[in-house]
Amino acid sequence: MRDGSILAFIAILPFLGALMPGIMIRAGRNACASFTAVPTVLALLLLLTQAPAVMRGEVLSTTIDWLPQLGLSASFFLDGLGLLFAGMILGVGLLVILYARFYLSAKDPMGQFYTYLLLFQGAMLGIVLSDNILLLLIFWEMTSLSSFLLIGYWKHLPEGRQGARMALTVTGAGGLAMIGGMLILGNIVGSYNLTDILAQGDVIKASEWYLPALILILLGAFTKSAQFPFHFWLPHAMAAPTPVSAYLHSATMVKAGVFLMARMWPALAGTDAWFYLVATTGLITMVLGAVIALFKDDLKGLLAFSTVSHLGLLTMLLGFGTKAAAIAAVFHIINHLTFKAALFMTAGIVDHEAHTRDIKRLGGLAKLMPITAIIGTITALSMAGIIPLNGFISKEMMLEETLHTTWYHNPWLVPVLATLGASFSVAYSFRFIFHVFGGPVRDDYPAKPHDPPFGLYAAPAILSVLVVVIGLLPHLAEPLVKVASSAVVGAETKPYLKIWHGLNTALFMSAVAVVLGVVLFLLHGGLDKIWNRMPRPEAKDMFDRAMAAAVATTRKITEGTHNGVMSRYLAVFVVFTVGLGYHAYATGGLGPVTRALLPVPPLVWVGWVAMIAAAWLVVSQHRNRFRSLIFISIIGLMISGGFVYLSAPDLALTQISVETVTILLLLLALYFLPKETPAESSTSKRLRDGAIAVTAGVAVAALAMAFLLRDGESISAYHLANSYKGGGGTNVVNVILVDFRGYDTYGEIIVLGIAGLTIYALMDALLRGPAAKRLRDRTFSPDRSRDRHPLMMVVATRAMLPIALMVGVYIFLRGHNQPGGGFVAGLVVSIALLMQYMASGFAWTQLRQRMEYHTMIGWGVLIAGLTGVGAWLAGKPFLTSAFGYLHFPPIEEFEWATAIAFDLGVFLAVLGAVMLMLYSLSRIARFAGETVNVEPMDYDPSTQAEEASEAPQAQKEGQ
Amino acid sequence: MEMIVASAIGVLTASGIYLILRLRAFPVILGMAMLSYAVNVFLFATGRLAVNAPPILKKYADLAYSDPLPQALVLTAIVISFGMTAVLVMIALGAYLEADNDKIDMTEDAPENASEQKGRGA
Repeated sequence: MRDGSILAFIAILPFLGALMPGIMIRAGRNACASFTAVPTVLALLLLLTQAPAVMRGEVLSTTIDWLPQLGLSASFFLDGLGLLFAGMILGVGLLVILYARFYLSAKDPMGQFYTYLLLFQGAMLGIVLSDNILLLLIFWEMTSLSSFLLIGYWKHLPEGRQGARMALTVTGAGGLAMIGGMLILGNIVGSYNLTDILAQGDVIKASEWYLPALILILLGAFTKSAQFPFHFWLPHAMAAPTPVSAYLHSATMVKAGVFLMARMWPALAGTDAWFYLVATTGLITMVLGAVIALFKDDLKGLLAFSTVSHLGLLTMLLGFGTKAAAIAAVFHIINHLTFKAALFMTAGIVDHEAHTRDIKRLGGLAKLMPITAIIGTITALSMAGIIPLNGFISKEMMLEETLHTTWYHNPWLVPVLATLGASFSVAYSFRFIFHVFGGPVRDDYPAKPHDPPFGLYAAPAILSVLVVVIGLLPHLAEPLVKVASSAVVGAETKPYLKIWHGLNTALFMSAVAVVLGVVLFLLHGGLDKIWNRMPRPEAKDMFDRAMAAAVATTRKITEGTHNGVMSRYLAVFVVFTVGLGYHAYATGGLGPVTRALLPVPPLVWVGWVAMIAAAWLVVSQHRNRFRSLIFISIIGLMISGGFVYLSAPDLALTQISVETVTILLLLLALYFLPKETPAESSTSKRLRDGAIAVTAGVAVAALAMAFLLRDGESISAYHLANSYKGGGGTNVVNVILVDFRGYDTYGEIIVLGIAGLTIYALMDALLRGPAAKRLRDRTFSPDRSRDRHPLMMVVATRAMLPIALMVGVYIFLRGHNQPGGGFVAGLVVSIALLMQYMASGFAWTQLRQRMEYHTMIGWGVLIAGLTGVGAWLAGKPFLTSAFGYLHFPPIEEFEWATAIAFDLGVFLAVLGAVMLMLYSLSRIARFAGETVNVEPMDYDPSTQAEEASEAPQAQKEGQ
Repeated sequence: MEMIVASAIGVLTASGIYLILRLRAFPVILGMAMLSYAVNVFLFATGRLAVNAPPILKKYADLAYSDPLPQALVLTAIVISFGMTAVLVMIALGAYLEADNDKIDMTEDAPENASEQKGRGA
């Protein structure tokens, strides 16, 4: 294998290029189109530089590891088949870019169009170059998505939107099935590498999972290639602009399914299941598509069903599973591309010039637009399979293959049906020629048709030249067909392409098809009437009905389960979780008890009773909100006590300080919320909830007990052993927080900061919304104390402030070695500040606040982060701490550690977040018209004497 | 002692769950707070119980220590659960001020809602 690192670059080029059109459209439409062509041309040239090696039979490959754990790598390889398809994608892509430049009107956003086109091109290129089936699946889905954008490009047309949605639904669903199939395939082989899979065809076919994998993969291929019964999306996708149709339905999108079948040929083909599934589907599709195409009046509709029919032909050939059939398929892929792309472009020109695509309104265009007529006629004749054009040769080869095919002991079924399909193909091709270009010139065209500018017919003209050249000199295509078909079958093939094979059965069948086709064409008028009277299933209606049913069902399920009753969701969740836990217990069992019970001293009993009583009171008194708030604070206190007793001093400190701020927060909120909860639940609901709650409580208690009675393995011993040696601290909890798991802590302070900012932002939004008016109109109850900021409290808290701050600093500094640290210190200091707010009032305190709380959060996170980054300077990973000891005699040995800077960050973030939360809540009060005092006390005895002397005076003045 | 802790966790869980199944925001917030207590104590208890063995290393003695890891995790959990409670309170408060009731269920036939819409129309 040769090094193919260039392949990854080729595959990425269109994606890089997709950025250009949006920018270049500002420089004009020509610049936009030219810059879109650049990546395509570049990719094509790079591909051509690799072509000689591939033509010699070499395979290029390259691998870039992506997610090796999943078996996903960005591997690309290029063999004959890949070269053929990549060349088609890029070559036709180039022609379509040229054609679209002249086709799109000034109103259409061209930058968007080219961006979508390049995205699609990149996705297609990815499919044909992937050497990893997972990567292939990614590109496969990308073609579905980007083709959705292309088909629905004319967003103002309902047909465009519906067609795009239908294409996405069908191909997307098929893609989903294919993911399953590919994963099975990967599991059988033990590798997701395409090269490996293709080499293991025998293993795959012998596996019991072969059939499921085959069916799932074929579902993906059939939906993409519009095979019966999934063919219905393709005609609806014709609502797209014609350049899109020409690109998607000749060379790329629909050929992706064919490509996949060809690619997977060595791995999957050759079995009975393959033959009956693939060949039968192809045969049905070929005949059905050809029949429907004859009765389509829309030019693009005719071509769409013709495409369906030709895709069926290709599928059938691949289904035969023989070398010769594979050669015919590869050759027909090339031929179909040349004439079908040209025909779509011709149809687009007719539409562009005559402003209609309705065949019944056309005719006689040969005289008005001779160049278009010549291109259209040549390519349509090739589509009909008329000698000496390229379509003839591949059709002959196809008919020849059908003669060697026995379908369930029946040797004539396939050839006869194939001939029938071919005759319809002749008929609709003739219709395309004679009903559009032939006949007398009419005077009722919606517009005056004339030949388009060179730019518009250049692309189809080039293609029609190819049609003739390949038809007359087929051996020119032989080398390409040889490498491509060799890649398909996985062995060397010897294609022998020539136009005249002598008088054989295939030629006879071909002649029959032409005669029958002419007859059908002549009878078209009468047949059309019968056809239109015949009842036939309308795929779009069926699809719409299925979609509506699916939407109705899912809506019913959603609304049935999510009816907005939160208490029900929670009840279901709790019951289900308890059930899961019980299931685990019932199936898993418990190990033996290994721990003895600890004794319970009397004081603990007191605490336990107090807590249980408080819990009961919270629940039973929850309607009285103030009371329940007081009871809940008892629980927090008892838990802090429990932490002290059970050797968790840090937790005790944290719990008790958090408890304080939580209660303050709830008190602030309760100031605005209703003070009572109305009794709304029925007795039965209360009983039911009680039963759920008690069950869950018992379950959790049992689980906790099960834990406590058994020893378990943990990684804690490592932390205990390394806390001092590695982290330089004796308080292991603190060292874990700032060192071992510093990353977690860093994340947590960020979360806390975000929570604080969220509250601030929510409050801001709230005060601007309709709630603001309600707040302004609010009247406060009159029974409030007139002495909101009592003298005693003001003086006491003010005296306490420095002491409290000192405690905070002390707790912060000792944190590394003794209980304490940034978290607790932050909470303690915030309580000290909150006391000022409570005692002296909001405004008074706010005036004396020097640093915004937002800024404080920011500094906290920044300091902690910079401390972590500092480790990089020492060449260590993020957040590695360093420490050392200094000794200043006669003072004790003194430790320094970078962890303290990190802890400072924690301290600032916690302080800022807590203060910002409570501060935000108190803003409501001011907004609600609460009077604020800038004076520290409502009742200040030092000013009372003056007021007393002024008061009588004022009274007098009033009189 | 283990019984005490386990039963406390159970009672807190049961009270918390009963309260979160109520129909108004405030009891639900209290319930969430109680569930937070229960969960924090439970997580702490997964380090197993030990008396007089705080995880503060002593230089000159080879002592047993209680498990520091759950303690460190619970410490941050306590602070974070405060943040969560605060956000919940804020949302509840906002909802109350916007809708004029602190119901948590969003049933479409809520009478307050209907009367309010009528009021707006008039």
